[in-house]
Formats: sequence, structure tokens, C-alpha cells
Amino acid sequence: MAEPPMERSMSPGKPELSGSVQIRHVDAGSCNGCEVEIASVFGPVYDAERYGARLVASPRHADALLVTGPVTRNMEMALRRTYEAVPEPRMVIALGDCARDCGVFAGAYGVVGAVGDVVPVDVEVSGCPPPPEAIIEALRGMTGR
Amino acid sequence: MILYACALGLCLAAALLALLPPRAITVMAEVITALAGVVAAVAGVRATLGHGWSAWLPGLLPLGGLRLALDPLGGLFTAITGAVTVCAAIHGIGSGAARPARAVMPLFVAALLLVPAADSVSTFLFGWELMAMTSLLLVAAEHRDRPSVRKAALWYAVMTHLGLVTIMCGLCYLAAGATGDGFDQLRAAELSPAARDVIFLATLAGFAAKAGIVPLHVWLPRAYPAAPGHVSPLMSGAMVNMGVYGVVRVGLDLLRGGPVWWWWIVLALGALSALYGVLHAAMATDLKRLLGYSSTENMGLVLIGVGAAGFFAADGAGPLAALALTAALLHVVNHAAFKTLLFQAAGSVQRATGTRDLDALGGLRTRMPYTTALFAVGALCASALPPGNGFVSEWLLLQSLIHALPASGVAGAVTMPLAVGAIALTAGLAVATFVKAFGVGFLARPRSPGAERAVESPRTAVCGTALAAAACLLLALDPALVLPALTEAVTRVIPAGRPVTGEVTLRLSAITGSISPVLIALALAGAVAAVLSLVRVVAARRPRRPARLWDCGAGPVSARMEYTATSFAEPLQRVFVDALQPESAIDVTAVKESAYLVQRVRFRARVPDRVERRLYEPVLAAAERLGTQARRLADGSVHRYLSYGFYALTGVLIVLAVIS
Amino acid sequence: MVLQVLVVAAGAPLLVGLMRQVRARLEGRAGAGVRQPWRDLRKLARKEPIAPHGTGYLFRAAPPLLAGTTLVVAAAVPLVTAASPLDGVADLFAVAALLALGSVALALGGLDTGTAFGGMGASREMTVLALVEPTILLAVFALSIRVGTTDLGAIVTETANSPLSVISPVSLLAAVALAVVTIAESGRIPVDNPSTHLELTMIHEAMILEYAGPDLALIEWASAMRLTVMLGLFAGLFAPVGIATAGAGPIMLLVAVVAFALKVALLGGVLAAGEVFMAKLRLFRIPELLAGSFLMALLAVAASFFLA
Repeated sequence: MAEPPMERSMSPGKPELSGSVQIRHVDAGSCNGCEVEIASVFGPVYDAERYGARLVASPRHADALLVTGPVTRNMEMALRRTYEAVPEPRMVIALGDCARDCGVFAGAYGVVGAVGDVVPVDVEVSGCPPPPEAIIEALRGMTGR
Repeated sequence: MILYACALGLCLAAALLALLPPRAITVMAEVITALAGVVAAVAGVRATLGHGWSAWLPGLLPLGGLRLALDPLGGLFTAITGAVTVCAAIHGIGSGAARPARAVMPLFVAALLLVPAADSVSTFLFGWELMAMTSLLLVAAEHRDRPSVRKAALWYAVMTHLGLVTIMCGLCYLAAGATGDGFDQLRAAELSPAARDVIFLATLAGFAAKAGIVPLHVWLPRAYPAAPGHVSPLMSGAMVNMGVYGVVRVGLDLLRGGPVWWWWIVLALGALSALYGVLHAAMATDLKRLLGYSSTENMGLVLIGVGAAGFFAADGAGPLAALALTAALLHVVNHAAFKTLLFQAAGSVQRATGTRDLDALGGLRTRMPYTTALFAVGALCASALPPGNGFVSEWLLLQSLIHALPASGVAGAVTMPLAVGAIALTAGLAVATFVKAFGVGFLARPRSPGAERAVESPRTAVCGTALAAAACLLLALDPALVLPALTEAVTRVIPAGRPVTGEVTLRLSAITGSISPVLIALALAGAVAAVLSLVRVVAARRPRRPARLWDCGAGPVSARMEYTATSFAEPLQRVFVDALQPESAIDVTAVKESAYLVQRVRFRARVPDRVERRLYEPVLAAAERLGTQARRLADGSVHRYLSYGFYALTGVLIVLAVIS
Repeated sequence: MVLQVLVVAAGAPLLVGLMRQVRARLEGRAGAGVRQPWRDLRKLARKEPIAPHGTGYLFRAAPPLLAGTTLVVAAAVPLVTAASPLDGVADLFAVAALLALGSVALALGGLDTGTAFGGMGASREMTVLALVEPTILLAVFALSIRVGTTDLGAIVTETANSPLSVISPVSLLAAVALAVVTIAESGRIPVDNPSTHLELTMIHEAMILEYAGPDLALIEWASAMRLTVMLGLFAGLFAPVGIATAGAGPIMLLVAVVAFALKVALLGGVLAAGEVFMAKLRLFRIPELLAGSFLMALLAVAASFFLA
């Protein structure tokens, strides 16, 4: 399978995580649009696993949090705790416009803010929802493959 | 001889001392009991190494007098009793038990020493009855504090005395066919095969009841929880062994073996007990009840060994028989060591937390660190995993069984795989049982206020338990230590050379097989050290960060969310649902207005002892019905009683007149 | 022996990578490559370990203990060479018990966390173990009857000397039983799903949910080694082609290593291919599977008694 070579310049990943990034997905209040895209990223067509990214069940096993949606009040504490549960070095990906700046939910009464307001964000992926190619690109940036 | 007499004398002195009021003297009594244990252990060891003796004290008992002899087989059991006594007495110092219980305990020890040294039927029965009575008093000691104790004592009294009756019948029948009641005369007795069968079966029933073998085990899981903390180790570590001693002494020694089917029965009983015991142990939530069922399991394993030994001996395969018996006796020693340890730790836990319910324990690792570590050693040994001592004896037992092929025909080909299957299944379930007992009982967080307030037990209790743990570790790493004694005891009944040789590596002489417990332990230690140093070298030197438990981001994890012993055992309960037949009841109370709005749900589940339910309860119910009906005969009227007497007398006279 | 341990230690993650790769290809994906588990391990080793509140020394001791028992087993079992210097360890019962000891350590680690997941994983693992251990014992016991010893080296040597003796009902029954327990012991589909994300369907993964960094790396590595050892043992017992005997030269050893790698890779590939076409069993259907394998092993033992 032909893979486009990656430009080394756009590598925001941490050196410890090169080649392997385990991801814990946190839905902080998403409309599930991003989730559909994530599912296709790890499906046969895009197959993010070939770049060394893998979804895991426990934040203890994870290196990166993949956060979708604006952070709702109910999920604020949960997101903080999940972030705390991830062992260092850790990264946070804010996936989708809602996660970056609350998108259409900006100012809604149940929304605390963007992901960046709650936990430090390392990588942002824009789009509503972001296309799988963009997600793959972000993940490749982290794994360096 | 002198040592043995010293041990008995010390026991009596301790019993007398314990009756005196000052507290300092009661402690003295415990110390003297421990001393008696040391002396008895030394006496037993000397006897196993060939310094046997016999004595006849005609005046001490009516009928035949007190006839004692300590041969290697008796010496082995004396040594075990002595060693267990040392641990139990030290553990009991300052335990705050009631004074009568303290006074009876040394007597119990004396009775336990008397049984394996008895050399005549009357002495044996005297010792046996003394053992039964003293242990009964000890079981009933706390009857004022807990009502359940009374019931347990009643069960125990009935079971142990029924056992005594059958043993008495068997042995007296044997003595009647011999020239006297000394064991030497019994060995020389010429009896018809039918008489031998009756004697063996009668005594087997009695000894099986003492060893807690299914279906005569019902007293055991009741009596252990009922007995005071420092008594249950003695009962489980020393008293149940006497059942095994009885089977070996009567079956293999006095009756000099017998037809193959005797040993089939023993083997089948053993296999049944092992499986039944371990299944119920896996389900039990009461820590001492769990240990009690585990005793049934281990005695079952021992009986498998004894049965196989008798089987091989009857088949003429001497070396295999010797190997099987060695394995069985080694397992007796090992079981005594780890069960003493476990019961002492359980006693400490009960004293510290006020509960034995595993569902209410937990979190003792930080509160009782020594007891936790010691219990871990015991659990490792009891689950027959290396480097524990239980592993060595189970390995020997399996080796003797799986090499049965050349020795036996079709009978062996059917029996041995089943026996091996039973042992294998037992081993797997025992692992699950003790992971439950240790993991749920001691790790994680406390599940009740009692467990939360627990503090480490007094130094003496820890010392007594540590002594038992040291014995376990010694036996685990160097089982060759007790091999000479075992070989002497085995050759006493099955003369077939040394079945197991070797110092570091145990080698079986009859068959190819070798194992080295020390090497396994060393390899394990080396591998763990290698792994740790590898981690040191390879892994980043980051400090270990304390963090919240992963609670899915929700509120803190509370003790109510922990897995309990019941939930831990639930999958196994489902797997063995046909064998266990658990009972559960759900009461749903609805709100008055609507049947759909539930106000309260009450759920009860328990795993009843099926043998008790099916075998004993109908008998008890029938007996009770009979008693109720018989009560009508005695309604308090004096005239009626007089008329009973009159009619009875007339009836007897008529019968006599007709006969003569 | 040192060579054998090294081969297993280095090769085990590659085997897992290979199996993932086979699965990925069969599912129409490209896959992460055979070396991906090694990358994962390297990364995990660089991360920080975590001490969750309320856990103690058992939680920390479990991963090294698991890895340690696995290393001992890897050294003792005849995989590359039938001559084990660990005489007195290479016994079938000792090996089965050592494997069980590793599982017990991990289960206690899971219980020590006191979370519902840890307890649940431990409980399920112990249930599976309680049914797996007797089957392993019985199955290899059935094979040992022909040789007259439970020493694994001797069994394998005997089979290597007369390869055709494997073709018998005893071996067939024992092979089926062992295959089932190998799958169960190493936590593969249909008993357990190593890549599940749902906590409620987990067995092994639920126990290790709290481990992070180097601890997790040890567990993953040890699990991979256990799988390799089990597959290697399976291959060695039924097809001991190429296993070096005592006193073999370096070339023979090299051949043995290659043969071992090929056999294990083949078995792993078959296992992975099977997983693609199979769904995980419901938890409470697993005991039926294991009981079936237990029965099979018992039949194998009985048959070997009658046929011998």
C-alpha cells in the first residue's frame, strides 16, 4: 500500500512517544459527529494503527487523550481526572471545532469552555467534523511515522 | 520415654496452673504448654529416628492398664502435635481466653499426645475419648458469648461420639479375636476375612469422622469458627491428623493391609472430600469456615494417598505404595504447618476486627502488616503453588498416582486417572480459594468499620504465627529435612526401602522423577532480580507518581464498589451450580399505590452444605418427630409411669417363662 | 538455556506483532508492522510508573513476579533444546504451577487496587485458571505415560526420537485439550479479547487496568512470553522437529532456533487467523468450553492407560 511520506517539520510529538501512541478517547460533550470520524480513522480504509496509534481502554495505558466536543459542566471534572490519570509524558488532542473553541456551542449554559480551558492541549484538529485525513495527519505527527 | 513423660507432666502442670487466679500464672501456664510442645516434638522426632520405646503402667487405668509405645509412625504424629502446640501456645499467650478454656487446652494437648503413643485398645480408646471430651469443652468454651457456638458444640459432640462408638466397636471386635488388647497381640490375631472387613469399615467410619471426611465432615466447618482463636489451630493442625493416623495404624499396621476394595473406598472418600471440600471452601465467606472446608480438602488429598498406598500394597507394588504413603504423610506434615499458620492469622484477624466475614474485611495490609505477610505465606503454601510446601507433597502424590500403570490392571486404569483428575481440579480450585481469602480479606480497602479500626495483634501472637510460617518455609525449601522421619514411619507399615532420596533435589527411587524446591525458589528469585535490574537499566528513571484510583472520572471509589468474597466466587458458583445448588431468595416490596414502584428489594443468597441438607436433615427431622411422639408416653402422671413399670416387669417375666 | 530465554524474550513481542499483522491483513487493514509491540514496550518503559492511592507492595510486586515466573518457565520448558540445566524445575507440574503463580500474582495486584474492575478481572481470571490448570496437568500427563516420566525434556526427547508415535488417539485428544487451554491461558478469542475496549467483557485487561508505564510494559512483555512459551510447548510436544538435544553444536542450536521460530510463528498465524473469524464467547459459556477440554484430557489419560 502506498503511503505518502510525512513531512518531518510538522512533528509536535514528544520524543518518548515516537512510534507508538496509545489513545484514550474522551467524549466531553460531543454531538457524536467526531466519533463517527474517529471510528473510520481506525477502520480498514484509513487504518491509523499502521502509524502506531491505537485506542486503549484505560487512561493508565494511554499516552494521549483524544477529546471531542465542548467541555460540558458534567464532564469537566471527569476530563480533569482522566488527564490526571494518564502517566507522563502525556498529550492532549482537541478534536474538532467544538473542542478547540466550543464551535456552535460557544456560550451555551451547559458548557464550561473549550478543552484548552480545562486541560493543556498539545494538538488541535479543526473541522466540524474533521475529516479522517486531518485526524490521521495529527496522529502521524505524534507518532512520527 | 523420659521426654515423653516430661511432656505429659508439663501439660498436667500447665492445666493446674491455669486454674489459679493471678494473671501472671495463667501466662506461665501458656509458656509451660509451649514448653511441653517443644519436649513432645523432640520426643516424637527421637522416636521417628529409631529411638522408640514401650512402657506398661498397669495401675493407671482399669482393665489393661496404660500401655504406651512410641514407634516411628506414632512419633511422627507426636512430633507434629508438639510443633503445632508450640505455635498455638505462643499465639495464645495473652489472648484473653476464659480460664476454663485455658485449663482444658493443656489437657487437650496431653490427649493428642496420648493417642499416637497408645499401644493397646483400652489406652487408645481412653486417649481418643479424652481428646474428644477436651476438644468438645474447648469448642463450647465461648457458648455464653455466641449462641451459634452451642449448636456447633452439639453437632461436634454427636459426630465425634458416633465416631468413637464405631471405633470402639471395631477395635473391641478386633481385640476379641486376638489374645489380648495390646497392639502386638492384635497384629498376630487370625481373623476371618469378613470380620476384618467389618473391623476396617467400622474404624474407617470413626476415623473419617475425626478427619472431617465427606459425608462425616459436617461438624468441621461449624466447630472451627466456634472454637476460641488459639484452639482452632490445634484442632486443625493436630487433631484431624489423628483420623489419618487411625486409618494408617489400623488398616495398614494392625490389619496388615487388606483387599483392594478397602482402599478403593478410602481413595473414593478422599477424592470426594477433596473436591467437595475445596468447592465449599471456594464459596465460603466466613474465613474460618473456609479454612475448615480446606481441612476437609487436604485430609481428602491425604486419604487419596493412603488409599493409593493400600491399593498398591494389596497389588504387590511395594515401592509405589511406599511413595504414596510418604506423599500422604508429607502432606499431613505440610497441612499441619500451613493450617496452623492460617488459623492463627485468622484468629488474630478475628480478634482485631471482630469479624470473620470476608465480605466485611479488607485493607488489613496497612493495618496488620505482619499478619498479612504471614497469611500470604500460608495461602501460598495452601494453594499448592511453588515455592510453597503444599506443592511438594502434592507433586509427590501425583507422581505416585501417575506411575501406577505398570502396577495395576483395569481397576487401576480406571481409578488412577479419576484420582489424578480430582487432585488436578482440587489444585486449581484451591488456588482460586486462597486468592480470594487473601486478596479480598487482606488487600484493598476495609469494607467495614471493624476492619477499619483493626490494629496489629500483640507480639506473642505474631511470634507464634511467624514460627508456623518459618516451619512452612523450611518445609517448602528443604522437604528432605523430614524425609528420614517419614521414611522410618513408612517402612514401619510398608517395608520397601527408601521411596524418595536426595538432598537438594528430591529423586524418586522407584520411578523416574525429580524435583528441586530450592532450585525452583532460587530460579524464581534470580528471575525476579533479573527482571528488576532490567527495569532499572532500561526504564526511564521517573519517580512513581501517586494518583487517584481510576474511577472512570466519576466520584471516588468507595468500599461498597469493591469486589467482595461473594462476588469473587460468583463465577465459580455458576460453573459448579449443579454440584453446589445455591439458594437465593428475592423479596420485592412494592409501594402501596403501584406494583411497579419498588420500595425495597431484599436479596439473600447462600450455598448450603448439600450433604447436610440431604443426608442429615431428614434423619434429624425423623428423630425429632419420633421424640415428639414419644413424649406423649411421658405425660407426667405418676400412675402411668407405675403402670409402665408393672407392664414391663410382667412382660419380662412372661418372656422368661416362655424361654425357659 | 540462556539462548532459549533470549530467543523467547526477544521473540515474544515479535510474535504478538505478527499475530496482529495477520489479523490486520485479514481484516483488510495495513497493520502496524511486526515490530510495533517492541515500539510499544520501548515507549512504555520511558513513561512514569504510577502508584494509585491505597495500593501497596503487592501491586508493585505483581509485574516483576509475573515476568519472573515466565522467565523461569521459558528457561525450563524444552523449546529450543530439550536439555534443560534446570533439572528438577522442568517438570510438567512445576511448569504448570509456575504459570499459575504468575497469574495469581497479577490477580492479587488487581485485587489490591480495590476497584470494581480489578476485582472483576481477578475473579474471572481465577475462575478460568481453576479450570485451565487441571486440564494442562491432565493433558501433559496423558503424554507422559508413554515415556514414564513427567520431565518435559524427556517427553520431548522421546517424541523426537520416534516422531510417528505422536499419531495416536491419546495425542489427538491431548492436543485438542491443550490447544483450548493454550488459548484460554494466553487470553485470546474466544475466551478473552486482548483488544477489547469494553471493561465489562474483559478478563485479563480488567486486572491490569491500573498499571502504567514500566509496570505495564513488564506485564505486556510477560504476557507475550507466556503465549510464546505455551505455543512453543505445544509445538514441542506434538512436533519436536529440530529441537536440539543435549550436547548439540552451535549449528544444531541455530537450526533449532529457526525451527522453533517457524513453528511458533505458524501456530500464532493460525491462531490469529482463527480469531478473525470467531466471536468472543459469553463469559459464562467459557466454562463449558474449558470443561469440554478437561473431559478431553481425562479421556486422553484414560485412553493412554488402556492403550499402553
